[in-house]
Amino acid sequence: MKRNPQRTQKIAFFFLLLATLLIIVPVGLIIVIIIQKGLPAINWQFLTDMPRQGMRAGGIFPAIVGTVYLVLGAISFALPIGLLAAVYLSEYARANILTRLIKLSIVNLAGVPSVVYGLFGLALFVVFFKFGASILSGSLTLGLMILPIIITSSVEALESVPQSFREVSLSLGASKWQTIRNIVLPNAVPGIITGTILGVGRAAGETAPILFTVAAFYLPQLPSSIFDQAMALPYHLYVISTQVPNVDEKIRYGTALVLLFMVLSVNLVAVIIRYKFRKLKKW
Amino acid sequence: MTKFRITNINVWFGDVHSLREVNLEVQSNEILSVIGPSNSGKTTFIRMLNRLNELQLSFRMSGEIDLDTLSIKKVDVEELRRRVGMVFALPLPLPLSIFDNVAYGPRMQGIRNKTKLKENVESCLKQAYLWEEVKDRLNTSAFKLSGGQQQRLCIARTLAVKPEVVLFDEPCSGLDPISTAKVEEAMLKLKQHYTIVLVTNNVKQAARVGDRTAFFLNGELVEVDQTDKIFTAPGDQRTDDYIRGKFG
Repeated sequence: MKRNPQRTQKIAFFFLLLATLLIIVPVGLIIVIIIQKGLPAINWQFLTDMPRQGMRAGGIFPAIVGTVYLVLGAISFALPIGLLAAVYLSEYARANILTRLIKLSIVNLAGVPSVVYGLFGLALFVVFFKFGASILSGSLTLGLMILPIIITSSVEALESVPQSFREVSLSLGASKWQTIRNIVLPNAVPGIITGTILGVGRAAGETAPILFTVAAFYLPQLPSSIFDQAMALPYHLYVISTQVPNVDEKIRYGTALVLLFMVLSVNLVAVIIRYKFRKLKKW
Repeated sequence: MTKFRITNINVWFGDVHSLREVNLEVQSNEILSVIGPSNSGKTTFIRMLNRLNELQLSFRMSGEIDLDTLSIKKVDVEELRRRVGMVFALPLPLPLSIFDNVAYGPRMQGIRNKTKLKENVESCLKQAYLWEEVKDRLNTSAFKLSGGQQQRLCIARTLAVKPEVVLFDEPCSGLDPISTAKVEEAMLKLKQHYTIVLVTNNVKQAARVGDRTAFFLNGELVEVDQTDKIFTAPGDQRTDDYIRGKFG
């Protein structure tokens, strides 16, 4: 049979499209199912009330608050350190053994399973530093976990700023630091924000790292300091799905929906910020 | 007066020997054109003068370069680059407004006074023959300008630092003939106040604007002489061949 390049192309396109559609389907299904089953649970009381009757009724307010605290804590720890490390790696580090060692460490840090982070956080922050099971310990553990995400995406963002901008700035008598501060960093902001947001999403959703370091099964009141334990959405979801019998399905799916909504809306913010920056700066 | 005295310069990038035993002087208030085929070391040569080659990790050099009798290694590198400005081959505006592009250099020196900055920006844009075209839209992005306008903006930006020397690295390679003429006009005018080193791929441009012309080939300085002499009676057969377009 003679080969028909047109037909070969059509077949190839078909499979490429099919593979792409296969990505959309599960995402769509997850969202549809969770909304369908969870939406009936969502109301003002669910979002703002304490859990009641052994978490079989009432709201999930403390878990929402706990997750917000943990994410803020993790970011305020991981963003400065990650950004400074990224600037060092992209602008100052020479190609030597130390640099290679640092880059290798970051790759490995990204590959460590999250439950190992949990154990590590327990050993280091909870026990060794005596922070106890607390928001501080949990935030630091989550921060460590998202550090490689922030460093990697920030390095990428910094390196994508054209070398010619640096040369121009230096040729005008600006110092290296002035060049980084005024030219490189501002143009890397969209990429850095993207990385940070990815980190936020990760930190908000992980259960294992907070399991031993902060998460409480049930707390009658909100945490009052960073040395208090807190409830958190992912762990709460795990608890009401597996540990507490006879929890209404719509409460479980409602909790999942809130978690999903929080992560997605954070991502949306990232998209908007990037879009605005891209419109502002073109080269 | 001698502005630059270049003595026995050798440059390597890794194993590549890019400049070999270059000896040359640049006089004050002259336009020295540097011609030669690509890969002859022209760009490496002018990037020596503001120490921009040092950004490459594989860069090594030997020899001496004096600016007004003082070795450029002994001058603070930021100060050197303020005294020796550079216009690059492609128009490279920074992602800032027209005004902020020109004001960038002075601001990095710590000048914050708004009236001073405004005066400086205006006078530099005038020297680069751009003022009339942009005076009503100084706050729009520099990327909105055409290629030729962008390159004149880059010239204004370089002048705003008040350099003594301006290095032009093939400044017209991406420009149309009319923009090229405007840039050349600006260069001839600038000669009164600045020393200019012009690297160009365009032999005719060297003939039009250069007081003296240096011919580089394979990292060697073949010869340097008055432009008239280079173009009518060059001392070396290779120069003659290049100018006549026999290779390159």
